[in-house]
Amino acid sequence: MPSLLGSIDWLTIFIYMVLLALGWMSVCGASYDYDQEAGILDFSTRSGMQIVWIGTSMLLGMFILMTDDRLIESLSYIIYICFLGLLFVTPFLAHDIKGSMSWIKIGSFSIQPAEFAKFGVSLCLAKVMGTYGFDVRKWRDFIICITLIVVPMGLIVMQKETGSALVYSALFLMLYREGMPGCLLFTALSAVVYFVVGVRFADEPLWDVTEMSLGQGLVMLLIQIFTVGFVWVYGGKRQEARGKKTGIGILLYSLAIDAAAVLLARFVYPCNAVWAMVFVCGASALYLLYLSLRDRVLPYCLIALFTLGSIGFYYSVDFVLNRVMEPHQQTRIRVLLGLEDDPRGAGYNVIQAKIAIGSGGLEGKGFLNGTQTKLKYVPEQDTDFIFCTVGEEEGFIGCAVVLLLFLSLILRLLHLAERQPYTFGRVYGYCVLSIFLFHVFINVGMVLGLTPVIGIPLPFFSYGGSSLWGFTILLFIFLRIDAGRNRLQH
Amino acid sequence: MNSDFELEKRKYVIGGAAVAIIIVFLLRLFTLQLLSEDFKISADSNAFLKRIQYPARGAISDRNGKLLVYNQPAYDVMVVMTEQVGVDTLDLCESLGITRDWYERRMEEIKDPRRNPGYSRHTQQIFMSQLSTEEFSRFQEKLFRFPGFYIQKRSIRWYNYPNAAHLLGDVGEVGPEDIEADHYYRSGDYIGKLGVERSYEEVLRGEKGMEILLRDARGRIKGRYQNGKFDVAPIPGRNLTMSIDIELQALGERLMTGKLGSIVAIEPSTGEVLCMVSSPTYDPRIMIGRQRGKSQKQLAKDPHKPLLNRAIMGQYPPGSTFKTGQALTFLQEGIITPATPFPCSHGFHFKGLKVGCHGHGSPLPLIPAIATSCNGYFCWGLYHMFGNRKKYKTVQDAMTTWKDYMVSMGFGYKLGIDLPGEKRGMIPNAPYYDKAYRNSWSGLTVISISIGQGEVNLTPLQIANLGATIANRGYYIIPHVVKEVQGIPLDTLYTKKHYTRVQPEHYETVVAGMRQAVLGGTCRVANTTYYEVCGKTGTAQNPHGQDHSVFMGFAPRENPKIAICVYVENGTWGATYGVPIGALMMEQYINGKLSEASEARATEFENKHLYKVEWSDRSDKSDRSDKSDKSENKQNAKETSEEKRQ
Repeated sequence: MPSLLGSIDWLTIFIYMVLLALGWMSVCGASYDYDQEAGILDFSTRSGMQIVWIGTSMLLGMFILMTDDRLIESLSYIIYICFLGLLFVTPFLAHDIKGSMSWIKIGSFSIQPAEFAKFGVSLCLAKVMGTYGFDVRKWRDFIICITLIVVPMGLIVMQKETGSALVYSALFLMLYREGMPGCLLFTALSAVVYFVVGVRFADEPLWDVTEMSLGQGLVMLLIQIFTVGFVWVYGGKRQEARGKKTGIGILLYSLAIDAAAVLLARFVYPCNAVWAMVFVCGASALYLLYLSLRDRVLPYCLIALFTLGSIGFYYSVDFVLNRVMEPHQQTRIRVLLGLEDDPRGAGYNVIQAKIAIGSGGLEGKGFLNGTQTKLKYVPEQDTDFIFCTVGEEEGFIGCAVVLLLFLSLILRLLHLAERQPYTFGRVYGYCVLSIFLFHVFINVGMVLGLTPVIGIPLPFFSYGGSSLWGFTILLFIFLRIDAGRNRLQH
Repeated sequence: MNSDFELEKRKYVIGGAAVAIIIVFLLRLFTLQLLSEDFKISADSNAFLKRIQYPARGAISDRNGKLLVYNQPAYDVMVVMTEQVGVDTLDLCESLGITRDWYERRMEEIKDPRRNPGYSRHTQQIFMSQLSTEEFSRFQEKLFRFPGFYIQKRSIRWYNYPNAAHLLGDVGEVGPEDIEADHYYRSGDYIGKLGVERSYEEVLRGEKGMEILLRDARGRIKGRYQNGKFDVAPIPGRNLTMSIDIELQALGERLMTGKLGSIVAIEPSTGEVLCMVSSPTYDPRIMIGRQRGKSQKQLAKDPHKPLLNRAIMGQYPPGSTFKTGQALTFLQEGIITPATPFPCSHGFHFKGLKVGCHGHGSPLPLIPAIATSCNGYFCWGLYHMFGNRKKYKTVQDAMTTWKDYMVSMGFGYKLGIDLPGEKRGMIPNAPYYDKAYRNSWSGLTVISISIGQGEVNLTPLQIANLGATIANRGYYIIPHVVKEVQGIPLDTLYTKKHYTRVQPEHYETVVAGMRQAVLGGTCRVANTTYYEVCGKTGTAQNPHGQDHSVFMGFAPRENPKIAICVYVENGTWGATYGVPIGALMMEQYINGKLSEASEARATEFENKHLYKVEWSDRSDKSDRSDKSDKSENKQNAKETSEEKRQ
């Protein structure tokens, strides 16, 4: 049996260390004040404190590597239940920090249980899915997985940390790998597309006819196309030619009626012809239902449900936007979609972030030389918007290095997860990489103005002990599990 | 197992998604950081507060080193639009002593990019300029209550003497057209509006400096950018030494009280203007600070046009002072010799044409003709010149020759003094008469130009320059009011000698005539035992009213120190106002003071008023003055069209 040291994936640890170093530099840049007298290593400064967090994180990582992965595995359920309890009591113990009820004060430090709960949930999922005979493709097992994910999400939402809660949706990526039907992922994705397209073009007229909404029309067209796509892919499992024929048929008559209705509205009588498109969607769904009953083909029934569900989803978007979302979330979305442009208001964060990054140029302004971040133009510049500092001080080169490091970390984790002999290790590995990917995607995306402003930290960069410890534990548990992979062969 | 193998392929989907996300991010970064400069500019305007540092404007002193104009501190109230949210406007208006209406109008003005080019919501804009020290201290106490409002220290001009307003000019806030013309200026800057403040604007203003400060998101200053490495220190404006003698100027203004007209004195050897009085005038101090607009309006309404610098903008018939130039021309052209006599029987009578003259011996040669200012003599001279077909093929040729002489003496075109707004006067030429008389004219037709009447118009400056040319026996240096600009040599324009077409010996003849006029002719009043005065009177006929009283002279006869022109509108005979005022001015300049008797005479002239000095509210007469404005404009338009014909 190879030694523990020999089994540890040092490449991942190397990437981790480099990211920590770059992260510390960014925190220095972001928290440094022009009239600051204390040095960057002074513990009264954030850069000084971050050194403490980094040091303790590394100790924590070493400690985890020295434990036994079988012990961790056996404690999975207990850890999960402890975290559920902790998340449950957090809102009652927490004091309000900027409207968030997620911080618990221990002595002079505050910790955020939501940041640590990620590894607990991941461990539990891995343990459950690793049990013999578990198959996510079975309805019962799938629902168990969903429950394990949704319960902590709900608890975190109760702490008013919607951003942290959304992170858990990344775990669906892992479920996809483990066998969750791709169409579910596609359905979720199409919901996002409907939402974005529908809201973005809601107030624009379709082809100069004010009665028709461009957003509505586009969404209906998308629904028709997606429906046909599903019919094309899933409708012909047994009789391929027939499924494709049905698909083309639906597509042709849908488009024909759409076009006729829109032309009528445009040139003959201005009316909301989009209702005709809605009608087409509904008719397609009913036709598919009829086919599924006649030919006993289940997929047609599901596709019809998808179509009807899409229509229902679209018409509830308005309701969601106006009733479910809080005003600041609504404006964030409106700003992101380009519906609102208010440089000093809701769009301020994103605009200032873009200015800071854009002013960095190719090589950046140099370590501690950024003006935008240092003069506090970018809000949350050392936590959620830390990537601005990278952009401003290290320029395009620095950003590219950081992004490629993250990419290599994720791809490395993908590789490590795939080489796990047990489902437990693989599932946990996918959980880790999904969470990292989600954090990088949302955090960097929001700084670049590509994704909504959701306040989640950038792993290893954002200032703060909780998130750094949380990510370190998450990563090193996987490294420990990976180090134990060779045990089987002996 | 087969299906597990299928599932393993999904790692490519997940890995592919990760790669795709990073590629999209890199592309986005590429466009943000490398393709657009906008963000750099935005970042700079975010972080750098470029504070302009105003240089001290140059001071102005007179030829004897007496300080005339200097700087005094004043305070501007600045506003940053984005920061002034939630200010109690009522309180603000009260503290500044302004009305709510004024406040709102001013705010609109600031935001209007047409009236306020270069406006930005994030930078300081001038809200109210030039608070007095008391106003400032009152406002300063309450300043903390008005976020977004700042005080900026500026300096304003201050004048030591109530004189020379036309010469010194004033400064005012730049208008949009100034900013358009010169991008050095920003809204709220000051620029010279009149006088040397305008003509020497570029040397007086200096160069603005720039301090680059770092400003954080809340607008707080966090220090200098790179410790001031890129700061630019302001360069102070240069000081001017004017050629005028402020005592002489003050006396001139005093003597011209209640009279319309002008006095111009020039040092012949240098072309330096010793004084330039335009009456009525005003105290330059009323143009300081915020009262400038009001004063300006008041002055513009005044029917006597105090804003008009008559010395360079007034175009008058020179009357008999012009005869000296005629004598020089005739002598040089050989039409006459000093001994040539012409008859004069109370004027020039020929072919039914009559130009009147006063009683004196006849016939008479040149020197007594100048001394007695004989009209007949110069009419005959011009008649003989224009009728001389041996020398000039046509009357047009003669006219052109004559015109060339006049132009060589500095008439008909702007002399080029270093003051804005100079007029060129009027010297007719052959095409002008061809057009006016449809090619059928002769010397007789235009005979009145020989005695400085008719179409001829000169500015008082041009008449004084004629005096200087005679004093110099044949050349002049372009008159200028600035003797020295600190640190840079005077423009060669103002050191170069301009010779006329007349030989110096002919000038001696004319000088003798002018000396004779003082000793026993029309200028007897100017005679003094201290130095030899040479002079020539003029009584310019004025179809609109009383004749104008003119005097042109210089003293002493040898090595003249001063040449002078006195022009008193509606002052009747040259000897009535022109000569005595000119004599007093020369005495003041040459002796440095007035004798007791002269002082008494000065007071006497000070109190002789040719128009009523009105101190009452002039608003009720605005209608009238508007009308006179219009007629003046019409006249100006006529003049310019005539100028074009030359």
